[in-house]
Amino acid sequence: MNCSECDATLKIPDDASVGEIVSCPDCGSDFEIASKDGSNLVLKQAESVGEDWGE
Amino acid sequence: MSKVCIVFDRLRSEEKMLQKEALDLGCDTSMLDAKITQINTDSKKDNYDFGGVVLERCVSYFRGLHFTACLEFMDVPTINTYDVASICGNKMIMTLRLKKHNIPTPKTYFSFTSKSATENLEKVGYPLVIKPIIGSWGRGVMPLKDKDTAEAIMEIRDINDGPYDRIYYLQELIKRPPRDIRVITVGDEPLAAMYRKSSGGFKTNIALGADPELCEITKEMEDIAVKASKAMGGGILGIDIMEDEKKGLVVHEVNNTVEFKGLARVAKRNIPKAIVEYALTFIRK
Repeated sequence: MNCSECDATLKIPDDASVGEIVSCPDCGSDFEIASKDGSNLVLKQAESVGEDWGE
Repeated sequence: MSKVCIVFDRLRSEEKMLQKEALDLGCDTSMLDAKITQINTDSKKDNYDFGGVVLERCVSYFRGLHFTACLEFMDVPTINTYDVASICGNKMIMTLRLKKHNIPTPKTYFSFTSKSATENLEKVGYPLVIKPIIGSWGRGVMPLKDKDTAEAIMEIRDINDGPYDRIYYLQELIKRPPRDIRVITVGDEPLAAMYRKSSGGFKTNIALGADPELCEITKEMEDIAVKASKAMGGGILGIDIMEDEKKGLVVHEVNNTVEFKGLARVAKRNIPKAIVEYALTFIRK
């Protein structure tokens, strides 16, 4: 699977779960795993850090 | 079989640790993404896969807080409760609560306009630490060391003019070693603690690169952490403590959706396991 921003190859662990964030090793874009059906993954742009994020 | 639901908006290693420990304890788990969950005034808990108890773990404070309100509306036992989340999520309310319960905390000044905050600074003297009342990971926290810096910050606040920008929270700068202490409490019991050492700057947030180191919990730390937890209403909390050169331990912050990834690696106690075990006690028989 490739990065939609820079087309680099994304490294996604086999045990990655829906909701996890995958970062592009080249451009740093963050993607969230939106759904997973076996080896079929759907990614969406991850939310950017919000003012109210954190503990 | 008992089931624990973990509500998240960004699945981090903490949530995966909680899921694993729940499974190892023989529980079912459900992972619920708050971002894609819809709730209305006719919603019933049986319409969702909430199990017997929910651990609310959203990284967005407001999302988690309002989701918790919906869960409590549906009578779903939720950790932490809305009341605890709302107190801990607002530094001013949290500080007032600490002081009201006679827990040592840095002296803090509240003003409600930039003009009033500036007047207070001139009266009290520099430096004071300005903190946004909402926000985490040390964002917007800085020492105001002189009038020029203070006026620049006030001007930015006035331009932004968000509802919380009008509330000025200014705190004495504590003379301390370049570290603070994070104690994780579960059900008012201190589980583990770490020193968070500054990586050279003023802040000691792990999210900003501070270096975690295991800290033995002393009786004094235990006492102050238990009191702080009880003052907030209990649950799963991160109590932040500074070592004031004169006053001893002071609690400067209590965190709601506590992050424990770093501490879990070095702590003697199994933090995610203890959290799940605590959550299981909330399941109504």
